[in-house]
This record gives sequence, C-alpha cells and structure tokens, in this order.
Amino acid sequence: MEHAVARGVPVIAAGQTMMSNYQAMQARLAADIAAAEDLDALEALRVIALGKAGSITALLKSLGAMTPDERQAQGPQIHALRETITAALAERKAALDAAALDIKLAAEAIDMTLPADAAPKGSVHSVSQVMDELTEIFADMGFAVATGPEIEDDWHNFTALNIPETHPARAMHDTFYFPDVDAEGRAMLLRTHTSPVQIRTMMNQEPPIRIIAPGRVYRSDSDATHTPMFHQVEGLVIDRGIHMGHLKWTLETFLKAYFERDDIVLRLRPSYFPFTEPSAEVDVGYKQEKGRRIVGGHGDDDGHAWMELLGSGMVNRRVIANCGLDPDVWQGFAFGVGVDRLAMLKYGMDDLRAFFDGDLRWLAHYGFGALSVPTLSGGISA
Amino acid sequence: MKITLDWLREHLDGDFTVEDVVATLNRIGHEVEGVENPADKLEGFRVARVLTAEKHPQADKLQVLTVDTGDGGAPLTVVCGAPNARAGLVGVLGLPGAVVPANGMELKVAAVRGVQSNGMMCSSRELELGDDHDGIIELPEDAPVGTSFADYSGAGDPVIDISITPNRQDCMGVRGIARDLAAAGLGTLKPLDVPTIIGEGAPATEIRTDDPEGCPAFYGRTISGVTNGIAPEWMRRRLEAVGQRSISALVDISNYVMLDLGRPSHIYDRAKLTGPLVARRAKADETLTALNGKDYTLTDTMTVIADDSGVHDIAGIMGGEHSGCSEATSDVLVEVAYFTPERIALTGQALALTSDARSRFERGVDPAFLDDATAIVTAHVLAICGGTPSAVTRAGTPPAEVKMVDYDPTLSATLGGIAIAPERQQEILTALGFTVIEQGGRWQVQVPSWRRDIDGAPDLVEEVTRITGFDAIASVALPRTDGVAKPTATPEQMLERRMRRAAAAAGFHEAVTWSFISDRDAAPFGGGDWSLANPISEDLKVMRPSLLPGLLAAAQRNQNRGAASIRLFEIGRRYLADAEHPTLAVLMAGEKRARGWQAGKAAAFDAFDAKAAALALLDAAGAPADRLQVMEAVSEGQIWHPGQSATLRLGPKAVLAEYGALHPLLTRHFDVDGPVMAVQIFLDAIPAKRASGPARAAFTPPTLQSVRRDFAFLAPTSLTAAELVRAIRGADKAAIVDARLFDRFTGQGVPEGHVSLAVEVELQPVEKSFTDAELKAIADKVVVAAAKVGAVLRG
Repeated sequence: MEHAVARGVPVIAAGQTMMSNYQAMQARLAADIAAAEDLDALEALRVIALGKAGSITALLKSLGAMTPDERQAQGPQIHALRETITAALAERKAALDAAALDIKLAAEAIDMTLPADAAPKGSVHSVSQVMDELTEIFADMGFAVATGPEIEDDWHNFTALNIPETHPARAMHDTFYFPDVDAEGRAMLLRTHTSPVQIRTMMNQEPPIRIIAPGRVYRSDSDATHTPMFHQVEGLVIDRGIHMGHLKWTLETFLKAYFERDDIVLRLRPSYFPFTEPSAEVDVGYKQEKGRRIVGGHGDDDGHAWMELLGSGMVNRRVIANCGLDPDVWQGFAFGVGVDRLAMLKYGMDDLRAFFDGDLRWLAHYGFGALSVPTLSGGISA
Repeated sequence: MKITLDWLREHLDGDFTVEDVVATLNRIGHEVEGVENPADKLEGFRVARVLTAEKHPQADKLQVLTVDTGDGGAPLTVVCGAPNARAGLVGVLGLPGAVVPANGMELKVAAVRGVQSNGMMCSSRELELGDDHDGIIELPEDAPVGTSFADYSGAGDPVIDISITPNRQDCMGVRGIARDLAAAGLGTLKPLDVPTIIGEGAPATEIRTDDPEGCPAFYGRTISGVTNGIAPEWMRRRLEAVGQRSISALVDISNYVMLDLGRPSHIYDRAKLTGPLVARRAKADETLTALNGKDYTLTDTMTVIADDSGVHDIAGIMGGEHSGCSEATSDVLVEVAYFTPERIALTGQALALTSDARSRFERGVDPAFLDDATAIVTAHVLAICGGTPSAVTRAGTPPAEVKMVDYDPTLSATLGGIAIAPERQQEILTALGFTVIEQGGRWQVQVPSWRRDIDGAPDLVEEVTRITGFDAIASVALPRTDGVAKPTATPEQMLERRMRRAAAAAGFHEAVTWSFISDRDAAPFGGGDWSLANPISEDLKVMRPSLLPGLLAAAQRNQNRGAASIRLFEIGRRYLADAEHPTLAVLMAGEKRARGWQAGKAAAFDAFDAKAAALALLDAAGAPADRLQVMEAVSEGQIWHPGQSATLRLGPKAVLAEYGALHPLLTRHFDVDGPVMAVQIFLDAIPAKRASGPARAAFTPPTLQSVRRDFAFLAPTSLTAAELVRAIRGADKAAIVDARLFDRFTGQGVPEGHVSLAVEVELQPVEKSFTDAELKAIADKVVVAAAKVGAVLRG
C-alpha cells in the first residue's frame, strides 16, 4: 500500500509544461492500475487519484481558480485525464473480478462422473398399454369404449347370449360361481367373457352401435398358458346391412394397425358360438423366428403356419331379440380377443403368469413409459 | 372326436388323402386338432425270419440268432432273451435306428455279453400292441419276410382328432363327418346299409316308459343264445385306434355303433334283470353303482332305467355295474331310446358325470333313427355273437316334429358376405340332407331330423357359406360415421387413463394382481363380500375388498427377490356388496432414496411421501385440490398406522383417498419388511368436472407483486397444521392468497404440550400496493384468527 501511495503521488516538477505533466500523471496512474494485483490495491489507487483528496480531484478543484482562458486550455485535458483513469480503473476491476471468479470456479471443480440421483422411473403395464392401443385403433373406426360389471348374473353372461342352462356350451366355460343369487333369482358368477357387455349395451343404447369392451374375465383354468383371470376385448357393431364382409374388414384393419404390418393375412374358419350365427374362428398367418412367433404372411406359405387368434360371427338373431331390438331391422357382428395374448404376440413375452406377478424387474422390462401414449399421429406402438 | 381314415372310407367313396380330409374339415368348420399315424411309430420294424438259434456262449438265458431280414443281404446276428425264439420263427425285427414305441429307446448296434447284436426281436408289449411280454411276436409262417411291419399289420391307418363343436351332434359319429365332407365335394356318401331283422316273438323282458317326458321313446328287443367273446379284429382295431378300449364283443358293438353313427345304445345281461325294464323317474336317494365303479345318489328329477330289483342305468348317461355284460352272458336286451336332451344335461351336471353317451344325448340324437339303429346293433350282435332276436318293442314315440325354415337365398350375401347362386345353395343344402321347396323367391327348407341345431335362416346361411368356404368372403369397409368425432372413451375411462400415466410418471410401476385373494388375506380388511363357491384354490377365493392385499403380496415377492425400493400401483376394482368400485392404490416400501455420496444414508419412505402421491394423483384426476380436507382415517381394523394415516375428503362423507403408513400388524401379516406407505384413491368418489366447453374463465395476471409475511405461533399440540392454516387463510380472504406452514418446532423455549408453528402468508395487492397501515391491519387479522384456534403469536 505504501508503495502504491508513493508511486501515485503527483509530482509536478518546475519547468515542465502542464501538458506533459498530465500525460506523465496519466501514464503513471495507468501503469499503477495495470499493475494492481487485487481489488484492495485498485481501490487505494482510486482513492489516490479520484478520492476526496485525490490528485485528479485536486486538479478538478483547481479549475475553479483559473482564468477563463486557462480553464479553456486546461479543462478538457483534466476531464480527459479523469475519464481515462476512471475507465482504466473499471477495466482493471472487471479483469480482477473475472480472474477472481475463474479462481473461485476452478476451486469448485468436481468429478462430473460422480453418479446423479435419478428420478424414480415408473411404468404402465403392457395390458393397459395394449388396451390403450386398441382404444385408439378402434376410435379411428368410430368404436366407443363400453364397460360392464365383472360380477355378473347368469342371464347376462349366458342366457341372453343364447346359452340356456342346459346348453352344452356352458360346459365350454369353466365358470366361477358365487353361492349368491341376485334380486331376480339369477345365479351370480364371474363373467367368463366380455360378451355380457354386448347385452348391456344393446339394452341401453339405440343402434347404430359400435363399441369395444375391454376388461378382466375369469375362467377356472390354470396351466402354463391359462390363468384363472385374464383380459379380453369385445367388439360389437349393430347397424343396418352389416355382414361378414364388414367383420372381415374390421378385423383385418384392426390387426394390421395393431401389429403395424401390411402383410397380415387372416383365415376365417366356420365355428360355433351360441351367440353368433354364422360363427367364425379367425386364424392369422405367422412364422417362427428365433423361438418367437412373428405375425404376418400367409399361413400356408413356406415356413409359415396359422395360429388361432380370435372368435367372431354375426350376432345371433335371438341375442338381438333378447335385448329388445328387432332382428329383422338390426344386424351386426361381434368378436372377442385375448388382450394378454395380443400383448405377448406383439411384445414378445412368453409366460402369461408373469403378467400378474408384479415382479418389478418384469414390469420395468415389459412396461411402457408414462409418456408413451399410443396415438394415431405418433404411432400405435408409442 | 377321433376317426380313422379307413373307418371314414367305410362311409365315403372317393380318391382322397388324409391331407385332403384335414384341409376340408378345417375349411368347413370341423377343426382338426391333430393327425396321428400309428405307422410312424413302427418305422424301422419289419417282418423277419429266424434262421438259426444258438445258445449264447456267455449267458444261459440268451440266444444268438441269425435273422433273415428279407432284403437279400447276409443274415443279421441278433441276441435275444425270449424263450420262444427258435429257428423258423417269423417275427418282428427292430433295426438299428428304430425307436421302441413302449419305452422310446432308440435301437443301436451293441455288444451283448461279448456278442454283437444288430437289432431286436420284439414282443407285443414293446410295440404297444398288447400286454404280452412272455416272448417275441410270432407271425404266421407265410408272413412276407422283409415287409415293413406297419404295412403288414395294417397299422398304417391315420387317426384324425377332430374338435366337434357342441351344436353338431350329428358329427359325433363317423358317418356324419362323411356326410359333411361329401357335401363339401370330398368323395361321395355311400348309402347306409340297414339290415332287415326278422325277430321271433315278443321280447322276453317287458319294456316300458313310465317317464315320457324324460324318455319319450324306449325301443328294445331281447336276443337269446349269444356268446360274448372278444370282438372281431377289425372292430377292435378301429375302437382302439380312436382310443376306445376293447372290453367284450357286446360292449364293443354298442360303442362301435355310437362312434360310427353317433347313436348310443345299451345292452343289458338279461340274467341280471328281474321283471319288466322300465324308463322312469328315479326315487329320491335311490343309488346306483355305475360302470365307472362310483356310487351315485339320484334325485326324482332324473330319468333311470330300472326293473323290479332297482336301477340299472342312469338313462342316457351311464349303465350300472351290476347289469353289464360279462363272458357268461347268454341272453341280452338291447336298448335304443330317445332321451330328452335338457333332462340329460341337467342330470349330468347334477351328478358331475360325463360320458360319451351323455355328450350325444344332451346335444340331441337323431329322433328318426331308432328303428335303424336297433336293426344295426342287432345285426352286429347276430353276426359276432350269434343268437336269436325277438321282435322290437317300441315303447312311446320319439319327437317327430318336422322343422321348416323360411329362407331367402340372398341372405348368403347380405348376412354371410358371400353371393352364392341359388342353384348352388340348393345343391349344398340337399347334400347335407335338407329339402328345399321353392315358393317364389323365398324358400321353405325342411331340416333333416339329425340337425337339431338348425334354428333359423342364419343357420342356413352358415351351412351354405361354410361349405363354400369363408375364404370367399370379401372385405367390405365399414362406412365412416357422420359428424364431428366424439370422444370414444367415457369420462371414467379417461380418468383412469390420466391417473395411470400420472402414477407412472411419478415413478410407480403398474402391477396387475388377482381380483380374488385368500380368506386369510381378506380378513384384515374385514373379509370379502363375494366369496366363490368353486374357487380354483383357497388362495384365489374371495373378491378383493381392497387393492392393498394384492400389492402387499407383490411387494413381499419383490422383497424376497432382493428389491430394495418398491414403488407399485394398480388400477382396478374393489368388489363390495353394493358395487364394483374403480380404485387406484399405491404402495411404497423400502428405500425412497438409496445411500449416496451427496445425501449419505439411504432414506426410507414416510407417510408424507404417501400424502404427496395422493395429492399429486388427485390433482392429475382434476379433483379440486384446494378444497380437499385432511381428516382422520375411516377404515376399521388394523390396516393403517393409527397415528400416521388420514383421509382426503371433500366433506365429511365424500372420502376421495386414504393414505399414510400401513399398520405394522398388516405388513407383518403379509410378511413385508416395514414401514410400508400406501394410498388408495376411490376413483368413483372424485366429482366429475362440469362440462363448460373448452374456453377458460377470463384471467389477467396481477401487475403488482405479492408480499410475503412470516408469523410464528405457539400452539397446543392438539391444534393441527391444517386448522391453523385454514384459520389464517380465512382472516382476510381478499388479500391473503396463500398460507404455507414452513416450520414446526418443539423443544427448548417451547412449553410442554405446545408446538411452535411458523407460517408464511402471501398477500396479493390488486389495484395499488399495500400501505404500512394496511399491512399492519392484515397482520392483526391474522393474529386474531390464529388466536381463535388457540395459536398465540410468539413475541
């Protein structure tokens, strides 16, 4: 500090012109400012030059005692000196600030390979995701989503669907029953299919009807490929003039959109379901690749085969009449397909039982991100 | 149902292969589940002659044979242990590479006690042809040496396993399948040969039906002087090929006619009968030991065949053990009856008794086929067992209603999606046994007696389209629906979808767990309202009253697998007595945050993590978050930690969610390491947003900055944070826009039973900034409002 003060004292030697005095003073101060190594030194220089008793301040004060001529000659030079030194101080301060910040930042350096806390990542179950995909695909075809109870009565689950108590088709369903009956004396059971939603929809809604009905269904069956609870989606169209050709188009359009392949080939085989007439089982062509079934291609082509995928048919006249509609006016089709099965075929899971275990590793692997919402614009397999 | 190709040819003329049959069956609605060719199993076995037989030098019980394989080469050396192996014997030789059907062992060239053996002479049992294992097979001396044994034995008859749909009783016999194939253009149906039987005199046993409702027709005859040996080889071979064990000639005949023509019958040993044989209702608690060896207790809704001594047959389902035919049987009674299908179905269901006869009778056998069936069964008995037949007694009459269907042939296109020429439709229907009577453009179609399944015009559409083949259906696009697209999902479904994705975004994994749980796991939740009568296991018995048991069980499995942090959720239904309630449950267990270099030790979840999740999800659901009140838990029993759980409500009764720490006894019950945090959100309790169109209420952000003031209060511990904050917010509703508790302190300086609570209050000026006097006035109101609930401003 002393050194700086000593160097900063303006000395105006006799015989020197005022002009050279100012230049010398500016040069000295500028050199001192440039050499200032910290903010304190710089502040001391500011005080020496521009403080109340500073050398430049003194020069400025001396202007008042000058004659107008002197003032006109000296004024601009003194002001220029003040501005130059002020600017030099600011510049040096900025440089010192920057250097100090650099040092501070250098001291804050850290190993950026250290692990960061990850936000927990959740997932949507593949069954839910596939249901959302189906909803989107069918929305494009004008199908609304309908739901119904899982604890059903035997009228909605069987009788209304043309499966009377003595019908052998009841033996086709391994039904879970409750000991209870409802207010109308109907036996209560767990729905064996999503078809009762057809009945509830037709009874509550005027045609034309286009719905899909996804949900849980139950059958008393448990082995490697069957679980007592699984998911189905039902489709129903009731309108005028609907026939098997519309059914085939709808299934083709749906399956092409779902599997995102143009080469989906369906084979309709006549079959029997009490609630449809005619009835068709629908096979899809596939080939085996690396132990997985890849849907696509004609089942009779080399290396391909057919796989049964869903049941369908034209809604039985008796079913339409059971719901209070006139079967001479309204006709349509229905189909049902396993959602879990669709998920397995598209996403490659091989064990149905794992769907219901809640194993976090499985859920993370086969699940979907929250923002992977299937949309027509962004792609069904979001 | 299984048939063999050879058996099919009995009814179907034509040049076709098994592949043709399979393809046609699949095309016309009879799904082929498999084709098995027994010849495949006998590959590598051939007829061979033993030339020499010498004792094995190293073993007493073995012989060394030289065998002529008929291929012109040198005889093979074969080591054989059978006592009957000898020079000159013609038997069956298995060559290296052949697989022994009985044990799956592949034959190889091998040294047996030092002598190389190049094959194996086989026993019946090794080839699964019988139980005989005492020696090797001995074929007739003139059996052609070198021929494949499959060809020689006629085992090359492929067996086709067909899934017959329950509507097609007529195809539960080989002939019905042949008829369908012929209609589809595969071969020509041969006429059925019905023999004429001249019976002598009335049956030796009187036959009657006293239950015309359950048994409208009971036809029968007796045959005396029969010999019940074994059935002829052709019959046994066919029966065994389709999986029907051969028992005795009489039993086999009855089974054969059932499988051949879809027509069950029953043959009684007359020696076991006493008095008339009558179809009647069972008496309550009458019992019968059936042919399967099990005892059945009958009820008076069931039809039986009985005599003076008791019940001999559960009508149309299963005969009794006592009156069945044995080797000693010499006089028999043949029963060909028609039972009412519904009665058979109900009886079979009640007794949980299935049989080949039941599956045919309950689907409805051909009511016009009693006389012919009686003649055919009788002819088989006479041909195989001999004897003298009586005349036939026809007790009652089978239903004889002729069914007519009004049919418009354009329906094949307008319903079935295939335009088929009317002439072709008529051709198909005729081939299937229908009679078409044209009346103008519409048809009256008479249904054959064996097609009970035909109910109306759509059934005829199915007949003509399936025989044409569904491949002919052309895809036709559904017309697009008119008007502006409406949402296809309901608000309830949209709610579920939004919350599902919100939960996943918040870091939870969606699980899908069983809707049914065990009684034990339902018990802590007060038990379930719905309990299955026939659960698949005790673990899957009660419809869940809560989603927590499923998630707790999943958490336990995950902990067992070593999972350190468990964040699960499920959206599904709770099944209560009144309804099924859509619910979202979240479960958190283990580490909220793993140990780390920044935060140090791992952190566990606490009840406020559950609260945060509950509020975030309710917000995603669009619930009015600012109106939610935190109130005490509602669930009874030991589900929640009594001091760390609460509910979120929109009023005393509108409980939207419950959350907090689970009761340690509950987590212990599920063997989950605690503490465990959880949330249940009751989706059907969340009020639907009022539909007010897409436009929002008008809003301009305030131009003036809000002001924040802090207040610290001393309050008794009984005062909740929510009460204090609510009181402060209410102090000046115009100015106070928010109040937030930011500090809670007990200890030094705070009297016992009290707590220090600090609240930040946000004040929003509207038109001009607050003056000091205004700020003081508001602060005073805050202090007064806090004092009203017991909180005193700290000095």
